[in-house]
Amino acid sequence: MRREGSPFQGTSTVFVKELADHISSVRMLMLQLLIVFTALAALYEAINSLRQNTAEDPFLLLRLFTIDQAPLPSFVAILGFLIPLMAIGLGFDAVNGEHNRRTLSRILAQPIYRDALLMGKFLAALATIGISLAALWLLVIGLGLIFLGVPPGGEEVARSLVFLVVAIFYAGVWLSLAMLLSTVFRSAATAALVSLGVWLFLTILWPMLAPALAQVVAPPDPRYALLGLNDPATAVWAQELLRLSPNDLFEEAMLAVLSPTTRSLGPVFLDQLRGAVMGAPLPFGESVMLAWPQTVGLVAGTIVLFAFSYVLFQRQEVRA
Amino acid sequence: MNEQTQTMTSPVIHARGLTRRYGDTAVVDGIDLDIVRGEVFGLLGPNGAGKTTTILMMLGLTEISSGEISMLGFNPAREPLKVKRRVGYLPDAVGFYDQLTAAENLAYTGKLMGLARAERAGRIEQALRRVGLIDVASKRVATFSRGMRQRLGLAEIIMKRAEIAILDEPTSGLDPQATQEFLGLIGELKAEGITVLLSSHMLDQVQRICDRVALFKAGHIVLVGAVPELAIKVLGAGFVVEVEAEGLGIARRLAMIPGVTHVETLSADRFRMTAERDVRADAARAVVAVDGALRRLSVDEPSLEAIYARYFQDQPAGGVRHAA
Ligand SMILES: Nc1ncnc2c1ncn2[C@@H]1O[C@H](COP(=O)(O)OP(=O)(O)O)[C@@H](O)[C@H]1O
Ligand SMILES: [Mg+2]
Repeated sequence: MRREGSPFQGTSTVFVKELADHISSVRMLMLQLLIVFTALAALYEAINSLRQNTAEDPFLLLRLFTIDQAPLPSFVAILGFLIPLMAIGLGFDAVNGEHNRRTLSRILAQPIYRDALLMGKFLAALATIGISLAALWLLVIGLGLIFLGVPPGGEEVARSLVFLVVAIFYAGVWLSLAMLLSTVFRSAATAALVSLGVWLFLTILWPMLAPALAQVVAPPDPRYALLGLNDPATAVWAQELLRLSPNDLFEEAMLAVLSPTTRSLGPVFLDQLRGAVMGAPLPFGESVMLAWPQTVGLVAGTIVLFAFSYVLFQRQEVRA
Repeated sequence: MNEQTQTMTSPVIHARGLTRRYGDTAVVDGIDLDIVRGEVFGLLGPNGAGKTTTILMMLGLTEISSGEISMLGFNPAREPLKVKRRVGYLPDAVGFYDQLTAAENLAYTGKLMGLARAERAGRIEQALRRVGLIDVASKRVATFSRGMRQRLGLAEIIMKRAEIAILDEPTSGLDPQATQEFLGLIGELKAEGITVLLSSHMLDQVQRICDRVALFKAGHIVLVGAVPELAIKVLGAGFVVEVEAEGLGIARRLAMIPGVTHVETLSADRFRMTAERDVRADAARAVVAVDGALRRLSVDEPSLEAIYARYFQDQPAGGVRHAA
């Protein structure tokens, strides 16, 4: 049975309204302030350390993103931590909010499909995050220009733009998750709590649990331990388990793109390094190829989670 | 829609065996409905009887388990956009975006309806004027009372220029004055030829404005028809006339009037007659005929409440009828 008309009729209307809501909301302002101040602190430290360390670096601008000065993590690490918070903040009441305000049945009685509402909301939240990240990106480039006094090279700009795109995909995963939970739970508070729980689990607990789990799944061969080495089988397992967390995928992709000397992600095997000049940067294209699987992983995660919320939302009763 | 082929009597809402099951329980169980253009039709019944579920099926907003329904000739399950373009819906306890103004809320749904910008502005103003909200058009809905929200919901239907307006419990939670105002607005819709389907569990409030009603009970329609018809069917009479008069043998005289089914003597000079029609004129003549002194003559409209109470009381008791 084919449905009449386009399932996306009305998407742009929903998009524009939701975008305006987000941009003018106090919630968004708070999230943005949080991110800007934390990022500024990280950038301040980064600039300080880069100014002292004047050794010539062809990728000075990129160092701004990745350098970490204890106790502050790097700019990228901070974003890896805060982007999920922002996405959750924009998505946790997307669907249940309409239920609870009792607007859902009134909106769905207009000549649109549910697809348009869900899609419009998703795209609007993603665009809001995109705008914030783009503003942050400009901030980094601007601060680099002012305080480091070096104009960014073409490749640096290209790499930092890839960073921007991957960061948006990364936000997409968390946004889909938050929207899925907003469809599952009728209470926005529950959806927010569960989203935040998943976020804390994946960012803080999972990096500790994954290696432990790997030890169980593939117990290291004691002969490696005698030589003071890690069993590669265990290391691979740990790596793959870690990759179940979007944070890890984001960090790996960023490592490949923003640190051009990165030649491989994950446990390094000697044959991968054969012929490699240690410390020499990879060409842009190859760095992107290195980050490709992780990026695809993020996009796939977004699509799968979104598809779940789509199916759930289609079958959900409209009445409150 | 072809106006010529849509005669006044062809139903705009047509349902046969319409059923909605949740698991094993049928909350709407095989209902048949035919609602004609321009009529005000009431779905009445207690909470949980299945009124809202029926309405949601009409709009394609919940699945139909079996049976069929056609809205203005379209199947809401297969052509929901066509139905939703022509049918306005005011949900039970309607909500709006509180941070937006009344006009902005309407602008959003107006866009979703596909109205062009210029057209939209005109229609919003017109609709807000009709429901008396034009002065608060640029106020946030957060400040609106329940009655104002209901009227804003009605403005949305007016803006849509809907052929059918479906109002779910439109007067519940309103104070008596707001209820009267709202019923007045529904009357205006009817005057424009819009078909109105409204649901309510407050029978007395809506019986005046409904041309016909369907009484729901546990997913079934147990009675359909105009209120006076139902009164005759259930109460054995549509009208209750009270006579206050002095004279000999008045009660006997009154009982002889054709159409009168029962005369009750309330006191020496007060009588209550139940009749199939308005028998006031005959009652007056009867009093005069026995040289009585007529002091008061009053008629009660048949009350849905009474019909409803009687019908459901009587069902288990096996249809014992008492005089009203
Ligand atoms: N999603 C659902 N699952 C199971 N039962 C439901 C669901 N929604 C409504 N019902 C039941 O359907 C019945 C009819 O509800 P409804 O149509 O809202 O009645 P009304 O509008 O007449 O008060 C109620 O008994 C209600 O409990
Ligand atoms: Mg209801």
